[in-house]
Amino acid sequence: MNSVWEYANPKKFVQTTDKVLPWVSVLSVVALVAGLIWGFFFTPDDYRQGSTVKIIYLHVPSALMAINAWLMMLVASLIWLVRRHHVSALAARAAAPVGLVMTLIALLTGAIWGQPMWGTYWAWDPRLTSFLILFLFYLGYIALWSAIENDDTAADLTSVLCLVGSVFALLSRYAVNFWNQGLHQGASLSLDKEEHVADVFYYPLLICIAGFVLLFIALVLLRTRTEIRARRMRALLARERMG
Amino acid sequence: MIALLVRDLKLAMRAGGGFGLGLAFFLIVVTLVPFGVGPESALLAVIASGILWLGALLACLLSLDRIFALDWEDGSLDLLATAPLPMEAIVSVKALAHWVTTGLPLVLAAPVFGLLLNLPTNGYKPLILSLILGTPALSVIGTFGAALTVGLKRGGLLLSLLVLPLYVPTLIFGAEVARRGVAGLDNGTPMLMLAGITLGVIALLPFASAAALRVNLR
Repeated sequence: MNSVWEYANPKKFVQTTDKVLPWVSVLSVVALVAGLIWGFFFTPDDYRQGSTVKIIYLHVPSALMAINAWLMMLVASLIWLVRRHHVSALAARAAAPVGLVMTLIALLTGAIWGQPMWGTYWAWDPRLTSFLILFLFYLGYIALWSAIENDDTAADLTSVLCLVGSVFALLSRYAVNFWNQGLHQGASLSLDKEEHVADVFYYPLLICIAGFVLLFIALVLLRTRTEIRARRMRALLARERMG
Repeated sequence: MIALLVRDLKLAMRAGGGFGLGLAFFLIVVTLVPFGVGPESALLAVIASGILWLGALLACLLSLDRIFALDWEDGSLDLLATAPLPMEAIVSVKALAHWVTTGLPLVLAAPVFGLLLNLPTNGYKPLILSLILGTPALSVIGTFGAALTVGLKRGGLLLSLLVLPLYVPTLIFGAEVARRGVAGLDNGTPMLMLAGITLGVIALLPFASAAALRVNLR
């Protein structure tokens, strides 16, 4: 009976998130505060990078969420196209600005770190370039949402754009690899290899990542609820005008 | 399908169809570049292939909103949609017509503009090859953007914002083919990648364009 599709019902979604949202929000704040304080004040400086290494606690989680936000939008768009649940379309819409800000944070913290370390704020490195392109994709997606008046048309068109955009974002990622050699270091974390980051930096980083994930979930839930209520309000106003 | 293609081509050729506008824009871009970067022929020779690719891309972009806009306004798009032709075929023919009226003239004009920019002699063949391979992809991707924004009143700027990021892989590989050609390097790999992207978008993207168009005609 308890299928996940129950939450496609906006009322059920709002009721459930009423209970979940405070927990997620509090947990995310706790994780972020704990992770950042631990990371910023209770870890040693790196022997080559000095204290600039600590920007990793903002840079890596935000970059991770920038990509995962797009993936979440992709899944939500697919659900909307296949099963036409409005909550799903609204969740995709709600996630886009959050993903945009995450991309921006990753780009900005990277630039701030790059100046003392690489001697430049910006280099046309594959990773940097593909993040800039991802940023443009977010902008286009949000602009298309806000340009179309009819809600269902907007949801359909942005979903198609999200699908096509995902393919092209992936394509661009490998194309820029081909186009220029990288300055950016390899992945700091991976599941299948031995860790590249020393344990002192690793544990606070994990907590920060958890904090960013929870923050993303909390923001998306909050924004989806706002969208649901805004739409309900518009429907009520329209009904009043008719009556 | 052929009738539709002939109709589109005729409409584009006749006065007010916008045929040649893209070409004129291309010429203006090529003329303005030396004003921006200075007239040293050595510098121009280095950047010529990249400028020609960018100019072709922008000229292509400018004419995109005409693909569906006129047919949308006078209602012939609705007629086409009710015709027995599948929507995927319609968008493919539209993309083909756009390429014949915009992409092909750009390819043919590129060598002349290459002269203006002091493109080295060994750069012509790879440049023309890369443009022939790449411009169909620009038209097909552009048709998708045009299908997304056809219902909007001021879709022009939004269209650029949507389409330009999608042009990135084509531009990277296309310009790389031309650049390596000028430098005398082996350009087989980017050439194959470019051809792969073009064939891929020709095969797949009409489905997305048709889906977007159907939504807009609902």
